[in-house]
Amino acid sequence: MQVYLPIAEMSVNALVVLALGALVGFLSGLFGVGGGFLMTPLLIFLGVSPSVAVGTQANQLIAASVSGVLAHWRRGSVDVKMGIVMMLGGLVGTTLGVWIFGRLQRLGQIDMAISLTYVLVLGVIGSLMLVESVKALIRRRSPQATRGKLHHHIWLHGLPLKMRFQKSKLYISALLPAGIGAVGGVLVAIMGIGGGFLLVPAMIYLLNMPVALVAGTSLFQIIFTTAVTTLLQAATNQTVDVMLALLLLVGGVVGAQFGTRAGAQIRGEYARTLLALIVVSVAGRLAWDLVAQPADLFSVITGIPG
Amino acid sequence: MSPWRMTGRRWAIGAAAVAGAVLALAVAARAQQLVADLSSHLIAITTGFTGTEVVLFGSTDGPGDVAVVVTGPRTTATVRRKSRVAGIWVNRDKVVFDQVPSFYVVATNRPLEQFVRAPVLERHQIGLTHLRMESKEPPTAGELSDYRAALIRTKQRAGLYGITLGQVTFLGARLFRTNIYFPATVPTGLYNVEVFLIRDGDVVTAQTTPLVVSKVGFSAEVFEFARSQPFSYGLAAVVGAVAAGWLAGAVFRRV
Repeated sequence: MQVYLPIAEMSVNALVVLALGALVGFLSGLFGVGGGFLMTPLLIFLGVSPSVAVGTQANQLIAASVSGVLAHWRRGSVDVKMGIVMMLGGLVGTTLGVWIFGRLQRLGQIDMAISLTYVLVLGVIGSLMLVESVKALIRRRSPQATRGKLHHHIWLHGLPLKMRFQKSKLYISALLPAGIGAVGGVLVAIMGIGGGFLLVPAMIYLLNMPVALVAGTSLFQIIFTTAVTTLLQAATNQTVDVMLALLLLVGGVVGAQFGTRAGAQIRGEYARTLLALIVVSVAGRLAWDLVAQPADLFSVITGIPG
Repeated sequence: MSPWRMTGRRWAIGAAAVAGAVLALAVAARAQQLVADLSSHLIAITTGFTGTEVVLFGSTDGPGDVAVVVTGPRTTATVRRKSRVAGIWVNRDKVVFDQVPSFYVVATNRPLEQFVRAPVLERHQIGLTHLRMESKEPPTAGELSDYRAALIRTKQRAGLYGITLGQVTFLGARLFRTNIYFPATVPTGLYNVEVFLIRDGDVVTAQTTPLVVSKVGFSAEVFEFARSQPFSYGLAAVVGAVAAGWLAGAVFRRV
């Protein structure tokens, strides 16, 4: 069943896109991450231009995060105050990110920038996750490691604007969650990912938030950063294809339900090792594409002068 | 293979009428040396669009060769060349071409070089090698011809430029027809279909027929909305996604 995508200006097989959405949705339900980091490269592989892939992903992630937050909300595992502070930082981040995106698009470097950001972010996070989860597997202990915290401790505590977060039982500088939110916002705009796999460890290790509240709260603020990104990408870069987003989210929502159920059957350390392996291999693949000599050194952009 | 079956009775009647008119004119005054028309003057890109074929048919007033050139709307194209910087491949040098047809195919009844000389092809821009695409400034590195070749290669990969010459078929001595294929990625806009009648190595007469490629229906409305009111479009996309997520969450809670 072929469907014409009005913004991507191409015809795709609707069933392939639905299946792709379902697969990524399943993995995101299984591991509790957004899955955007898998979807964007897959869309580019299908022939969707990187800029449309990223803009559309942001739109699709809104729906995924809303349905995810609903489940957490019922369990009461969302720290709304923390989420709002992160969101404020996130708004700054997304605005900056969309602006950078537009600049790079006009310079003709956006494809390279997207790939490079993917390689760096996924490579670093994936390796850290892999090391940590393998250690946890060996020790068969709770994943509450203490790495990566001490050297930040001193100056982070010196930050002003201290704020009390009753739900998380924290008294910390508001700049810290806002800063994390801002970094997440830039990633949403440039990579088309929710940034959950970056936000979650940052919230655990930098903010020392209770682990039970982390997933719901990060999803809560991802709703807002992805919504603002969608709005800005549509308004400034015109790279949001609602038809493609619809197909992805239908597949994604269904897949996520099965993934969440499967996730309950699998041990946390195994799930995280698996996720880390996937993240590292995606980064590896993209790194190879950057380093290997391309089949055609030339690329063509029509319509945009300069 | 049969364009008759594909386009149905209307086409048959139309073709017969055109052919009849041509014959009448040819007998009367030989004023019209060449008459040609398309099976359709509008390609409608709907939600289910997967590419389409348009039949060009026509008649000449006697023996001669026919070349058909289909040119899409001309735009600017930026060709960039990657080079290795610090181990990774980065777009470095670029050439901007003006007046690049977004679509370009040529069909003839026999190989071009057998019946027409290069200067004539040059003048009428028949064939990819004779296509005029101007560049304001020379490339910062490498040869301009490399960039030009890359541009053509990329368009050919996308199915927008013909890789080989299409075939014009003569039915008898005067009636001819050819099938022009447009892929799913065909750019929208106003196309020119030029038909050249060539005798003794020179163009005797030519006729230009317009062809409109346009999005219609839902996909057209979405595209139009996104272009004319980008902010409202974004807002609608956000609201739709929130509603969809909410709905999904509510539905799967009961399952």
